[in-house]
Amino acid sequence: MNTSRKGQVGWIIGAILIMFYALLPVAWILSLSFKAGDDINNQKFWPTNWSFENYDIVFSSDLFTTALRNSVGISLIATFISVVLAMLAAYAVARLEFPGKSLILGVALAITVFPIIAIATPLFNLWRTIGLYDTWLGLIIPYLSFSLPLSIYVLSAFFREIPWEMEQAAQVDGATAWQAFRKVIVPLAAPGVFTAAILTFFAIWNDFIFGITLTSSEAARPVPAALAFFSGASQFAQPTAPIAAASVVVTIPVIILVLAFQQKIVAGLTNGAVKG
Amino acid sequence: MAAIEMKHIIKKYGDGFPAVNDVSIDIADGEFVILVGPSGCGKSTLLRMIVGLEDITDGDMIINGQRVNEKAPRDRNLSMVFQNYALYPHLTVYENIAFPLRLSKTPDADIDKRVREASTLLELDDHLERKPANLSGGQRQRVAMGRAIVRQADAFLFDEPLSNLDAKLRGQMRTEISRLQRRLGITTVYVTHDQTEAMTLGDRVAVMKKGILQQIASPRELYEQPVNLFVAGFIGSPPMNFLPAEVRGDGKLQTPLGPIALTTDLQRQAVQGHDVLLMGVRPEAFEDAKLVDPDKRDKGDVFNAQVDVTEWLGNEQYAYIPFEASAEIRDQLRDLSRELDSDQLRTQLIIAIDSTSRIRAGRTADIWVDTRRMHLFDPKTGVNLTRDEQAGARLTAEVEEERREEMEEARNMPLGEAPDVQGSSSGDGSVGARDGAGSRSSGTQEAGSRRV
Ligand SMILES: Nc1ncnc2c1ncn2[C@@H]1O[C@H](COP(=O)(O)OP(=O)(O)OP(=O)(O)O)[C@@H](O)[C@H]1O
Ligand SMILES: [Mg+2]
Repeated sequence: MNTSRKGQVGWIIGAILIMFYALLPVAWILSLSFKAGDDINNQKFWPTNWSFENYDIVFSSDLFTTALRNSVGISLIATFISVVLAMLAAYAVARLEFPGKSLILGVALAITVFPIIAIATPLFNLWRTIGLYDTWLGLIIPYLSFSLPLSIYVLSAFFREIPWEMEQAAQVDGATAWQAFRKVIVPLAAPGVFTAAILTFFAIWNDFIFGITLTSSEAARPVPAALAFFSGASQFAQPTAPIAAASVVVTIPVIILVLAFQQKIVAGLTNGAVKG
Repeated sequence: MAAIEMKHIIKKYGDGFPAVNDVSIDIADGEFVILVGPSGCGKSTLLRMIVGLEDITDGDMIINGQRVNEKAPRDRNLSMVFQNYALYPHLTVYENIAFPLRLSKTPDADIDKRVREASTLLELDDHLERKPANLSGGQRQRVAMGRAIVRQADAFLFDEPLSNLDAKLRGQMRTEISRLQRRLGITTVYVTHDQTEAMTLGDRVAVMKKGILQQIASPRELYEQPVNLFVAGFIGSPPMNFLPAEVRGDGKLQTPLGPIALTTDLQRQAVQGHDVLLMGVRPEAFEDAKLVDPDKRDKGDVFNAQVDVTEWLGNEQYAYIPFEASAEIRDQLRDLSRELDSDQLRTQLIIAIDSTSRIRAGRTADIWVDTRRMHLFDPKTGVNLTRDEQAGARLTAEVEEERREEMEEARNMPLGEAPDVQGSSSGDGSVGARDGAGSRSSGTQEAGSRRV
């Protein structure tokens, strides 16, 4: 009894410490975003007066709102395409024996260890030549190539968990291979699909390097890159507080996503498919 | 409704190992055929070739007169209950059962009607909205059955559907399956390990060993007229007793139990040209000599033996009698029991005696054996030398006759006596209702597959 209580207390203290460590910067940015004008120099953690001034600045600036639109659009499109492609590829990897299968997996793994910065400059030149520079497509393509390997890995692990017999049963029931995939395999792999989708979305949403090197205007510049170009209320004020407000705004969708899908991610995989 | 013909079916897996080797079976329309055999003998492989989940290396698979070797599973219109049920965990029981109908684009009203008929038949009405994860093993098994029968497929294929259930539920489901098959009159192939299932369910039982079909016949023929040592040893529980027998000049066999006279012509023919034979006698061919009528007694032989153990089970009694055998024979019996997947130590006799018998362990007793029911096997090839083909064929023909009658009866059963079936909502005789549903379903299925 005693030891377990002690253990519990230890766990709680540990959890609080870790949460404190992880959340302190977030709280600080949150508090900064509410400090109006010169209040950021107030030498205190919390603002003297809580104010939404920075949020007004952020949302009235074209720079931020167009960047937000770019970010949302590019992230959603790239995530969607990436997950669909990854699903098909992962299914093949999990179910079929074909020549070059290990090569595909090897290359996929190699891509994930490739430093992004190393291809940023070549891409910059290439995109400028073929006219993809500063376009949505110009960002979506590199995002796809860097998010696919991870998604394929995550999804093929999920597909492998699904018993073969599920598909065979569907085929005997009259399904084509495609119907069996869509009506049985995909729903069963839904937790994996959500996991892959969220990981991909985060990675793209937070990307800075491609965002800054492959764009030059508001046509395609995403939020993380746009923040670097932020100026404050006046040309001469440090834009720290508005940047904090913008950061809070871009963090919100991420938090909402995690909360919304956390249930799906932890849901059991093939519960009740087989006898037990 | 379909007849299934298999002609010289061969299946070789990637490593060249013939999992199924030259199997030919004709299954009549509406027949219930059981596949049995020790683990790894190719039963599942054969079943999966029928349904189309496994490529056929060589031979012809003919369903309804059409060669289907190259057809995809979905074009064969067969339904299968998998060994582990393979229910769709993300769908409710209702949607699981409705799944094949949804794929064939059946109208919703029709789907609802047929799913409810199936669920009533299988007593699943209370569970339609639940997910498979929350059901018991028996309920899952019934959902799998529901998914199979809702479609009016041409044939049912079962792969050890009851193997994971407890004994009571297994018995219950066994009768349910039998009743259902008779009622729907649909050709069924059923794989099992279980003796009782094999003997009670099937019209005919196919015994396989290492990919080779040994014998296909009615349970009764298999039991009384097995073709070889393997079938004789595999069918029956407790198993047939095998004893070495030396042929003597005077029309008798010298066995570890003493001399035993040959009684039938078949037996006398069988010993021609052999020195040593294996004698096979079922446990129930023995009896306590004291309890045998004198006139019956003359038809067999009596020997005196030391009883090792007796088991009294109320309605019956078993006695165990150890015997001596040469090393060669012992090895052979050991090989046989290994082939049969059984762990019996076969240098003892298991005999069934009347439960009133006073024979007790550790004493010697006079045992009577009905020598007419004794089989003689060639020890080298295992062939049954005393098999009476005509008697065997008669036994199987009888079962065929019975099957026809039973199916007729099941079909003509008035609605009042069949509380559960299909016809209930349409009101007229169940035969007409079923036929109507059958033709309607094939119509929609064709339409559905054309559209896809
Ligand atoms: N995918 C495969 N690749 C290679 N060999 C296989 C494969 N599947 C089965 N086999 C072999 O084929 C033989 C028959 O297998 P099968 O599954 O049909 O046996 P079974 O009679 O159903 O046995 P059980 O009663 O244990 O289910 C076995 O010897 C097995 O090793
Ligand atoms: Mg099997």
